Amino acid sequence: MTDMAFKIDPAPAPRWWQRRAVRRFLRHRLALFGLAIIVILVLACVFGPYLLPFDDLYIDLRARFSPPFSGPHIFGTDPLGRDLAARLFMAGRISLLVGFAAMLISTVFGSLIGIVAGYYGGKIGAVLMRFVDAMLSFPSIFLLLALAAFIKPSPMMITLIIAATSWMEITRIVEAEIKSLRERDFILAARTLGLSNSQIMFRELLPNAIGPIIVAATLTVARAILLEAYVSFLGYGIQPPLPSWGNMLNGAQQYLASAPWLAIVPGVAITLAVTGFNFVGDGLRDALDARSDIS
Amino acid sequence: MLRFLFGRLWQSLVLLVIVSVIGFAVLNLAPGGPLSQFALTPGMTQAQLARIAHQMGLDRPLPVQYWEWFTRLLQGDWGRSYRDNQPVLAVIGSHLWATLLLMGTSTLISVLIGTWVGVLGAIRRYSIFDYAATVGAMVALSIPTFWFGLIAIYLFSLRLGWLPAGNMYTIGDGSVLDYAVHLIMPSLVLALVNVAVWSRYMRTAVLDVMNQDFVRTARAKGLTRFAVLMRHILRNALVPMITLLGLQLPTILGGALVTETVFTWPGMGRLFLDSLGYSDYPVVMGLLMLSAILVLIGNLMADIAVAVIDPRIRLG
Repeated sequence: MTDMAFKIDPAPAPRWWQRRAVRRFLRHRLALFGLAIIVILVLACVFGPYLLPFDDLYIDLRARFSPPFSGPHIFGTDPLGRDLAARLFMAGRISLLVGFAAMLISTVFGSLIGIVAGYYGGKIGAVLMRFVDAMLSFPSIFLLLALAAFIKPSPMMITLIIAATSWMEITRIVEAEIKSLRERDFILAARTLGLSNSQIMFRELLPNAIGPIIVAATLTVARAILLEAYVSFLGYGIQPPLPSWGNMLNGAQQYLASAPWLAIVPGVAITLAVTGFNFVGDGLRDALDARSDIS
Repeated sequence: MLRFLFGRLWQSLVLLVIVSVIGFAVLNLAPGGPLSQFALTPGMTQAQLARIAHQMGLDRPLPVQYWEWFTRLLQGDWGRSYRDNQPVLAVIGSHLWATLLLMGTSTLISVLIGTWVGVLGAIRRYSIFDYAATVGAMVALSIPTFWFGLIAIYLFSLRLGWLPAGNMYTIGDGSVLDYAVHLIMPSLVLALVNVAVWSRYMRTAVLDVMNQDFVRTARAKGLTRFAVLMRHILRNALVPMITLLGLQLPTILGGALVTETVFTWPGMGRLFLDSLGYSDYPVVMGLLMLSAILVLIGNLMADIAVAVIDPRIRLG
């Protein structure tokens, strides 16, 4: 008898596009290159400090301003004789962590606002989206600096402030996506089945909008790392002695003539990290966008 | 057209109000609120602080305070600088044109270069040039502006000695040529990101236009490729770019802030950082509000310009 029981197969999960997306991504050479950069940077920042014979805070005044590749210090030393490589990796931990955390917060918050605005539309949507427009009218660096100067800067606070100034793009993308998905038949079906609004929003609409969200989130990491570098360079971000890629550049300008590597090394690290995330984001966009015809 | 104008103007006013609410919220986040400056005075007691708060109307409900602040804002009374007690608008005004000069020059450069990079990329799609431009643009978007400025100073000022490392003019000179020489590096550094953005969008816009029927008609009439490109494709592709220019304004303004810091350019960005350093909150708030207002005006003008040029927008 049990064999006869009528079973409804769950709708075939859309695995095929996922696999196709993976295939597309793997064929995207720049994206793979970007992924490789990110993996190498993350590994270097996580394990690098253990492999180097120098502590990032150890001050060796006899070894001040050693140029790179000239002695035991591969990237040279800073004005206090601290090993630049060790500092770079420790700073990378902070910068990458701030970038990831800010991305997580702004993606969750931005998607949430975007879903609500896109699903309900009407007055709620209009008010939320006008707020987004207004936030986008401020140059983000001005807003970021003002907030960072007003609020006691701790890494946590800097992360929150960066997130507070970078969620709007995601909201715009999600809102547009949800607005078009809302009119599809499967949502009508879900509504006919009596699903509640929150079920429709988070179990039906959200999974279908995940592609653009992932792309936007990847690009937000790049943006967050850049923003952290900007505020820290200007002295309002991560505060020394805690190193970050941005505040390592803070003192570099005055030694530009005598010790240019102090500026070059952290800058290259920032550029590499941001480029990596931008490449991956671009590759993901090509891979996840069903409309793009690079099969 | 008139209806479009009023609708667009109304939208901007609504945005201005929301922008001011955000600004007011930020202002109240300042440590100790607007009272912070007085709290630092030696011998200041809590009772005196409370009296000042009462005099300044800070003990009233927030909406009332906001309304007063907003009406004063509209009347042009933006408060006085803590540093030299000058009106905020006058302080900002004396720095405004340096920023506008930098932004204008840089935008001109990026539009000129970006347009041609984009057009070439679109005409020779999937060529080596197109590929290099795509990758180059993405790398350019990833370079921190201030770091690029530092490297440029290192190369062209310290190493080669071709260009001055900062400031807007040499003291005692100040000729047009002197200004121009000082302008080269910061405006090119600021242009980098915008060239990248502009060329990408230009490429897409040209590709969009290239596949339309009127382009084929023009070719069929016997016009040369060059004539079609200049008279038909470019003209149509540039229309949406005006909107982009408006949308890019916050980025350009923010970039100007960072560039000015590196090159000690005496503009609004420099003023903003100096004021932050002195806890000169009225000026900080003024700059924050003014930058947002400039962006609103820029977007409004871009939209109107597009509507004037392209009648399809007004009807739609």
